[in-house]
Amino acid sequence: MLDISDLHVSVDDTEVLHDINLHVGQGETHILMGPNGSGKSTLLKAIMGFGGYTITSGSIIFKGQNITGMPIHERARLGIGMMFQHPPAISGLKLGKLLTATSHMGEEAIEALAQSVNMEHFLSRDINVGFSGGEIKRSEVLQLKVQQPDFLMLDEPESGVDLENMNLMGKEIASLLEKDVHIVNRRRSGLIITHTGYILDYLEADQGHVLINGQIRCHGNPREILRVVKEKGYGECLRCKQM
Amino acid sequence: MEHLSEKDRERLALTGLEVGMQNRCGSFFQVDQKVIQTTCGAEGIEMLPIKVALEKYDWVKDYYWNAVPKDKDKYTQFVAKQENPQGLVVIAHEGVKVEMPLQACLFLREEPVQHVHNLFIAREGSEIHIISGCASSWQKEHGAHIGVTEIYVGKGAKVTSTMIHNWNPGISVFPRSATVVEEDGTFLSNYICMQPVNQVNMYPTARLVGKNAVARFSSIVVATPGSTLDLGSRTILAAEHTSTELITRAITTGGKVISRGHILGEKDNTRGHIECKGLILKDGIIHAIPEIEGTLTGTELSHEAAVGKIARHEIEYLMARGLSEEEATATIIRGFLDVKISGLPAVLQTQIDAAIDKAESGF
Repeated sequence: MLDISDLHVSVDDTEVLHDINLHVGQGETHILMGPNGSGKSTLLKAIMGFGGYTITSGSIIFKGQNITGMPIHERARLGIGMMFQHPPAISGLKLGKLLTATSHMGEEAIEALAQSVNMEHFLSRDINVGFSGGEIKRSEVLQLKVQQPDFLMLDEPESGVDLENMNLMGKEIASLLEKDVHIVNRRRSGLIITHTGYILDYLEADQGHVLINGQIRCHGNPREILRVVKEKGYGECLRCKQM
Repeated sequence: MEHLSEKDRERLALTGLEVGMQNRCGSFFQVDQKVIQTTCGAEGIEMLPIKVALEKYDWVKDYYWNAVPKDKDKYTQFVAKQENPQGLVVIAHEGVKVEMPLQACLFLREEPVQHVHNLFIAREGSEIHIISGCASSWQKEHGAHIGVTEIYVGKGAKVTSTMIHNWNPGISVFPRSATVVEEDGTFLSNYICMQPVNQVNMYPTARLVGKNAVARFSSIVVATPGSTLDLGSRTILAAEHTSTELITRAITTGGKVISRGHILGEKDNTRGHIECKGLILKDGIIHAIPEIEGTLTGTELSHEAAVGKIARHEIEYLMARGLSEEEATATIIRGFLDVKISGLPAVLQTQIDAAIDKAESGF
C-alpha cells in the first residue's frame, strides 16, 4: 500500500526527517510513537503533500504510484485520508456542504453517517467553528467516513477526547480500518500517531515505530513498544539499534 | 422591456429584476429619467412615481427631504434642484404585511446622469421587502447615478431593503440614503456589489428614534481592478433598548474598498456591533474604519475587523478531502461571503446567492 524509501524532509531549509523507511502493507495498521517535536506530524503531512514540507530526497510510493510530487487533492483522490489534530475553523463553510462537495453521496446517506457519530446537528454549522475537542474529532471521523480512503493517517485521535467520545472514536476508527473484516480480505491500512496508546484498546495494530529526532529508531510489536516506553521512556529507544 | 437588448436583460436579471414578475408583488422600472413601469398587485401596498405620490397624498410631503437633508452635499443639492424629480414611492399601509418582494429597477442607458429620489414608507405594523436593482447598459461607458432614498419604518413595522448593483467600469454611483425607525420597528439593509464600477460612494444612516428599534446593515462587496468602493453605514441609537449590527464582507481582486462604520450610542440600554472582514485575493486595498462612539454608561458597543488573505492551511485542509486548489479556494470564498442575513425571504436569498455565484466564477 505505502512504501517510503530514504525519505528526507526539510521545513524552512532545516532537515527535520532523516532517511525514513517505512512499509505499510495492505490491511495493516501501524502505530507511530515518539516524543513531542520528533517529527511524527511532519511525516504525515509530507505523505499528504502539504506545502512547506519539502522532500529533498527519497520517494513515497502509494499503490504502486510515485506520489512524491503529486498535489494534495490527487493523493486524496488516490485513497489517502487524514484525520487532523488541529483542523482549521472555516467560517461560512458548513460541514454538510463540504461533505456534499467532496463525495458522490446523497444528502440522506450523509445524514445517516452524521447520525452514526452524533454529528447530525453539526451539518449546518460552520466547520470547526466553536467545536469542542470531541466534536472536532467526530467531525474528522465523519469526513473520513464520507471520503472512504484506503489509507488512513490519524494524528493523535485520542487527544482532547473524553472517555465517552473515546469509546465512540475507537470503534469508528476500527470500523474505518475494516477491523471487522477478516485479515485476508482487509484492504484498508492505517498509520496512527499516538502518545498514550489508548487507541490500542479498540483495535489491533500490526507494527509500531518510534520516531526520535526525525529518525525511526525502532520497529516492533506495538504493544511491546508501548510497554517499554511507558516503563523506561524514549531513552531506551535511543539505545536500541535502528533496523 | 421589449426595447432592451438581450445583454441588457441579462444584466438586469443579475440585479434581481424579474421581467415576468413570478416572485414579485410589484414592480417599478425607470430607464434614465423615464419611468417605464409602475405596477403593484398587493393590496395595501402602493408603488407610485414620486410626482404622483406627492399629488395623491398631502402627507407624503412630510417625508420628502426629511430623513436626508437637501443640502447635505453637492449630490443631494443636485437632486433637490431638479424641476422634474423622478423616483419611486412605496407606501405600505397600516398593518399590511407582504412577504413577496417589490422590485425597483433603475437602469442607466443613455443619459450622462441618472437621478432618483425614492421614499419607502412603512406605516405602523406593516412589513415589506424591497429589492432595488441598479444597473447600466453594457454599452454605457461613462455616467453617474445619484439616488436619494428616504426610508421610514413606522411603529412595529419592518422593512427589508436589498440593493444589488451591476454597473460598468466607467460609472460613478452616489446613493444618499437615510432611515428613521420608530418604536419596535426593524430595518434590514442588504447591499451587494460584485461587478466592476468606477466608484461607489455612500454612507447610509439609520436613526433609531423609538424604543426597541433594530437596524442591521449587511454589505457584500467585491472591488475589481479600477473600482473604488467607499462604503459605510451608520446607526444612531437615539432611543432606549435600541440595537444595531453593521456587517461587511469585502473582497478585493485589485480595487479599493473603504469600509466605514459608525455607531453612536446616546441612550441607555443600547447595543451595537460592527464586524468587517476583508479578503485580499490580489493586491489591492481594504481599509476598514470602524467607529464606535458612546456618550453614557448604558450603551454597549463593540467592533471587530480583520483583513488578510485566505489561509494556506485552510485550502490544504479541503484539498486533503479531495478538492482541487481552485475548488478549495472557491469553496472558502463562498463561505466567506455567506453572511447570515436573518429574516430574508427565500427569493431574495436566491438572488444574493446568484450574484455571489456569478462573481465567483471570475475569481
